[in-house]
Amino acid sequence: MRKMTYAEGIREGMRIRMQEDDSVIIFGEDVGQFGGCFGVTAGMFEEFSGERVKDTPISEGVIIGSAVGAAATGLKPIAELMFVDFATVGMDQLVNQAAKMRYMFGGKIGLPMVVRLPGGAGTRAAAQHSQSLESWLTHVPGLKLVYPSNAEDAAGLMLSAIDDDNPVIYFEHKVLYAMEGEVPDKIEPIPFGKAKVKREGSDVTILTYAKQVYDSLEAAKQLEAEGIDVEVIDLRSLYPLDKEAIEKSIKKTNKVVLVSEEVKRGGYIGEIAAMISEDFFYELDAPIVRVGTLNVPIPFSPVLEDYVVPRVEDIVNAVKKLV
Amino acid sequence: MKLENEKILNMYENMLTIRRFEEKAQELFAAGDIPGFVHLYIGEEAVATGACANLNEDDYITSTHRGHGHIVSKGGDLKLMMAELYGKKTGYCKGKGGSMHIADATKGILGANGIVGAGHNIAAGAGLSIKYRKTDQVCVCFFGDGSTNQSTFHEALNLASIWKLPVVFVCENNGYGISLSQKFHQAIKDISDRAVSYNIPGVTVDGNDVFAVYEAVGEAVNRARKQQGPTLVECKTYRHRGHFEGDPVNYRSKEELQEWMEKDPIQRMEKYLLENDVASEDKLKEISDNINSEIEEAVKFAKESPFPDVEASVEDVYSDIVEEVK
Repeated sequence: MRKMTYAEGIREGMRIRMQEDDSVIIFGEDVGQFGGCFGVTAGMFEEFSGERVKDTPISEGVIIGSAVGAAATGLKPIAELMFVDFATVGMDQLVNQAAKMRYMFGGKIGLPMVVRLPGGAGTRAAAQHSQSLESWLTHVPGLKLVYPSNAEDAAGLMLSAIDDDNPVIYFEHKVLYAMEGEVPDKIEPIPFGKAKVKREGSDVTILTYAKQVYDSLEAAKQLEAEGIDVEVIDLRSLYPLDKEAIEKSIKKTNKVVLVSEEVKRGGYIGEIAAMISEDFFYELDAPIVRVGTLNVPIPFSPVLEDYVVPRVEDIVNAVKKLV
Repeated sequence: MKLENEKILNMYENMLTIRRFEEKAQELFAAGDIPGFVHLYIGEEAVATGACANLNEDDYITSTHRGHGHIVSKGGDLKLMMAELYGKKTGYCKGKGGSMHIADATKGILGANGIVGAGHNIAAGAGLSIKYRKTDQVCVCFFGDGSTNQSTFHEALNLASIWKLPVVFVCENNGYGISLSQKFHQAIKDISDRAVSYNIPGVTVDGNDVFAVYEAVGEAVNRARKQQGPTLVECKTYRHRGHFEGDPVNYRSKEELQEWMEKDPIQRMEKYLLENDVASEDKLKEISDNINSEIEEAVKFAKESPFPDVEASVEDVYSDIVEEVK
């Protein structure tokens, strides 16, 4: 094992495949000599040349749109947007082109492309640089979506994302970039659709992903002191979703709290809650509880930002409602 | 430009095939046989024909909602096209795409597209791929005047120009963005003027003159193959039909239509062929008869083909996941 930050994990996943496969290229804003807005591609321009790590103009539409064209014609592009918030500018390319091409063409075209979308609050970047927008894209058939929470998953999911013949949305949480974690010496692909139990427990299940994995683990620790035994599951892959892992845990605890940094209204955890109530209602001993960001844009002032996103105490309170 | 008679006749045959395919689609749509939207290419045949006559099988094109002419010109199969218009299992897209989404990756057809302006970016991506793979392929991006006001036009031409991508941007300026006349949707007359802002060549040609299109796009294709970057070729043309079948066409005059009917690219070509002894009346009749029977065969194939099984609706969303059925 070795130590690596989350950002290094993402980079390592890309490096491994780029060393093995010439058809993998990276492009996006400032990904070259600058090393990426958050330093994720640092050193890659030097290692792989500007031909494979290409700086683009500030044109999110053509970053994603040309990834579609390149993927349809023999390359495996990794497109980086600086912030998920800017996906709005390339939404046609994601939703109407990337996601639908295979289907519209009767399955006769492959689109092995990865779009990296850094999201999340906590950087005091205010409303246009802090959103969590998973549900906008989980809503669209044709995309696969992953959201790693740690360096090992970041690397392993990146390998699977590059290997996949479908467009993969690879979310990254900005607050996690500098977080260190253990990574195996030989990094292996982590299959999509496999959640990970981060903490076993018997009283309540928390289903979460990305940064909220850590908040949920902290909440679980505090609750343990009060005699409440919480199971924390990191979904890792938003679609395909590990329904089996969800079912298994619910059958054990019979109570569920869903935690995400998306605004609560219309967030993807609402979809998971609906799925649980349709398929596992009779396993439940209590209503499903969601913890999300308040239904507001992310405010600038640190006191406001820290208040609107899910805090550890919000998760603790949600769990306590059920026991 | 001196062309072999065979090449000229091939271009004529291609134009007439498009015309007859579209006339048949018009008839079948009116009869209620073909569901959905149909956008016909009648009147614009010289553009796709002249442009694609420069291309090899492994070159790429991106197309538009008005795509039948591009697909035919890049070697699309009429039977598979017609079956797709019918929504049949045997169609190009197994009935999942319809008129606006026909594609054939094996022939470099990266798809018709229902979003105006979406092809620009995809073409830039194909150009990036060609350049990276160091082949001598090119990508021809077809689009209408209306799409040149979309941000994708600017983004793609800018990217193609800074990276010198082998893309030929072929604008089919038919004078209307749906119902809006060009004079109301942009302040320029010649769209090729916009090439200046990308420091690339921009030319305007008579889009109803197949030789003019062939020559201009040919020059652009040569530049692209020699790694000299993209070109913007504007072809001035006109659609005889409305934006879509069923369009009341209440936004243009009969006189204007009449004026363009007189410039019909196919009649012009026939006149050229006869006057220059490239073909006899008999030869033209033979070509026409052959096309008619090919179209009839395509319609027969489409009509006799089965509809897809409803369970097929959950396949092909992903390469490896089949969604749940009802």
